[in-house]
Amino acid sequence: MKIDASKPLEYSTEENSNKIFGFWVFLGAEIALFATLFTVYFVMVDRFASGPSGPDIFEIGPVMIETLLLLTSSFTIGLAVHAMRHGYQKAMMVFFGLTLLMGLGFLGIEIMEFVTYVHEGATLQTSGFLSSLFVLLGTHGAHVTFGFLWGAAILIQLKRQGITPATANKSFIFSLYWHFLDVVWIFIFSFVYLKGLM
Amino acid sequence: MDWDKFKVHGEPLIYGAMASIVLATIGIIVGLTYFKKWGYLWREWLTTVDHKRIGIMYILAALLMLFRGGVDAIMMKLQTAAPDMKFLDAQHYNEVFTTHGLIMILFMAMPFIIGLMNVIVPLQIGARDVAFPRLNAVSFWLFFFGAMLLNISFVIGGSPDAGWSAYFPLASLEFSPTVGNNYYSLALQISGIGTLITGVNFIVTILKMRAPGMKLMKMPMFTWSVLITNVIIVFAFPVLTVALALMMFDRLFGSQFFTMANGGMDMLWANLFWVWGHPEVYIVVLPAFGIYSEIIATFSKKNLYGYTSMVFSMLIISLLSFLVWAHHFYTMGQGAMVNSFFSITTMAIAVPTGVKIFNWLFTLRKGRISFTTPMLYSLAFIPIFTIGGVTGVMLAMASADYQYHNTMFLVAHFHYVLIPGAVFAVIAGFHYWFPKVFGFRLNERLGKHAFWWIVISFNVSFFPLFLLGLMGMTRRQYTYSAETGFGPLSMVSFVGAIGLVVGFVILVYNIYWSTRYEPRDTDGDPWDARTLEWATKSPIPAYNFAVVPNVKTRDAYWSAKQDKVPLFEDKITKIHMPSNTGKPFILGVIFFIAGFSLVFSLWIPAILSGVGILIVMAAMSFDRDHGFYIPAEEVIATEKKLRGETV
Ligand code: HEM
Ligand SMILES: [Cu+2]
Repeated sequence: MKIDASKPLEYSTEENSNKIFGFWVFLGAEIALFATLFTVYFVMVDRFASGPSGPDIFEIGPVMIETLLLLTSSFTIGLAVHAMRHGYQKAMMVFFGLTLLMGLGFLGIEIMEFVTYVHEGATLQTSGFLSSLFVLLGTHGAHVTFGFLWGAAILIQLKRQGITPATANKSFIFSLYWHFLDVVWIFIFSFVYLKGLM
Repeated sequence: MDWDKFKVHGEPLIYGAMASIVLATIGIIVGLTYFKKWGYLWREWLTTVDHKRIGIMYILAALLMLFRGGVDAIMMKLQTAAPDMKFLDAQHYNEVFTTHGLIMILFMAMPFIIGLMNVIVPLQIGARDVAFPRLNAVSFWLFFFGAMLLNISFVIGGSPDAGWSAYFPLASLEFSPTVGNNYYSLALQISGIGTLITGVNFIVTILKMRAPGMKLMKMPMFTWSVLITNVIIVFAFPVLTVALALMMFDRLFGSQFFTMANGGMDMLWANLFWVWGHPEVYIVVLPAFGIYSEIIATFSKKNLYGYTSMVFSMLIISLLSFLVWAHHFYTMGQGAMVNSFFSITTMAIAVPTGVKIFNWLFTLRKGRISFTTPMLYSLAFIPIFTIGGVTGVMLAMASADYQYHNTMFLVAHFHYVLIPGAVFAVIAGFHYWFPKVFGFRLNERLGKHAFWWIVISFNVSFFPLFLLGLMGMTRRQYTYSAETGFGPLSMVSFVGAIGLVVGFVILVYNIYWSTRYEPRDTDGDPWDARTLEWATKSPIPAYNFAVVPNVKTRDAYWSAKQDKVPLFEDKITKIHMPSNTGKPFILGVIFFIAGFSLVFSLWIPAILSGVGILIVMAAMSFDRDHGFYIPAEEVIATEKKLRGETV
């Protein structure tokens, strides 16, 4: 493997830069995926049949905390990559770990929220609106869950192997993924919750 | 547990199929054990990451599926050959046309093309491999096990029966209570994920791994078509992913996406399906255009006419393909404005397609044409596809479509586009590239026999359907009475279908015959061809090129031969290769188990296999095998041997 020292570690081999490019292409597909889910949601948003509508169930409090957690975690994963570029393994791992913890916090709140909805009689089966809401939020949540597991695997590799072209590459790609989830959440926050509460 | 769910009742055909599946499986297992081939199979094929072998496996699977889809087709033709036939009942006919359509498009045409693209594209761009060889294996095994999942539906639980487009509410639990449409959603989902990964892999391969000097506008036309196709895949397949997931939620968890009450909306399915479904037909047809461009240029001994306009017309087609989906349901009450928009965009596609047809004709003009088998298919494609295209424009007129909608006219139209546009193309490509992969040609005489059987029978079988459609025979109709007058033409169509079978049998026999008797090639360039894949030896060494070629012109190999431009200037050095791995295969197996469990709502195995999938993925992430090097001496020795020199 040829290592090109003039480039950042995560780009330093041909394989590495191909992986990053490939991941961008994959994110293109992810954008198409979420765009479709949002479209489905917008089509369904007024079709709540005899079930509750958005304003009936949405609560701004937990959603604000979720947003705060995810935005902060997007910032900390940025710091982790920054630390990686400087070769500070310890700092990198701390920021990386914090990111994952916040992701976990986000998931906890989301699950609690789902439980509340279901207790209020708002289930996947109730109406077209709720089906699309649960699937949109659930897909994002599943992405965060997968991100958590994936990130944990990378963290272990960082611990074992240190910052190498391979681990740097993985961490960087993970950071792209995490930022992407954050962007999707901002759309959910604005067009599902804020618009729904208005 | 309710064992009855697994059973498919009654039909002797199904018992026959069960028996043959069991016998074939036992046969394979016994054969492999007897000849001690398990290790070989595992080491050389199931764990391979070599793009050529993966391509071959795709093509083999596609040929198998062509057989399965063909059997379905013949059963349908037999059932409608005469009035009041009693061969299939209505339910069985529904299942057969559904699996026929699904299999032909998703598990035959597309994988065949992906197979050719796997074998050829890295060679055409002078690369040693695809960008992500292991992911490539993952793609293949997901496709393969997705296909298998759909196939077992015939004998376990029941096939999908709501058409390949699975319109709601027909496909809902209420109207399709068997597990058939669960199979539909899961089998397509699994293989679809594989296809999406292929899309990503080949975009990176083509954009980042071309040999030095190969600018985008110097790429061979097949590679161009594959690049554009993969871009369509990356944007279209996520829509299918979502649609299938929603279908699964509706059928398995009682959500209300496509229901008729509680705020559900059946038209949402139609829209999602065709937003993916229309681009899908271009996913199979654009690479076909690429194949024809290569073949026509090679056998006319001329540069492809209008290279730039070929590329741009493909780009325009790919954009338009996303803007026409609603032409599939003009009659479902979407209003005149919407219909007009989709009518105009649909007809617009005829323009870039026409440009391509004229480019091929101009390439042929004054060429030194040799009528080889692949060339014959390419020449037959032009007029037949044009008939398909013209009838397509007829269908594109929204107001007129109220007349043709859901009649045999439509069935004739799409077979007139798909068979020359996809099937002839993959057969032509198969004959054309066969000597590259195996080092000998298919027999030309047998090839031409098969060709004439296929082309003539195709027209005999499908032209009558235009007339039947205009006479009012509806599509997906399993029987009719003598008074309708559909009998005679339907019988002609059946006879044509039998002719097609004869053609395919000759084609397969040709593979067998040629393997035994055709003389072997010596220089790897039997057709005196133009593009880089012919610059390496046949059969292709694992590393493709001992030295990476330096490209200076379009049709680089041709100019290397004509103008004595050197292609290989560097010295032979050690070559990096990825190691084989069994994980993609295992991943495929687990996906299969997960899919099967979900089809029957067996939650515990489903959850366990979900965990299994994560474990295999983690194992892939922790894997630190970075491949190995083939030393320069070994490469030199291999090259000498391929040149026929003794080492
Ligand atoms: C081998 C020759 C073939 C024959 C004899 C044949 C025959 C038929 C027949 C009889 C139908 C059902 C018409 C109806 O009752 O609705 C049908 C449907 C269909 N065929 Fe073929 N076909 C052939 C090859 C292909 C190929 C190569 C493709 C695609 C690449 C294809 C794609 C389809 C599709 C998508 C449908 C619609 C299925 C549905 O209605 O859900 N066919 N074909
Ligand atoms: Cu269409």
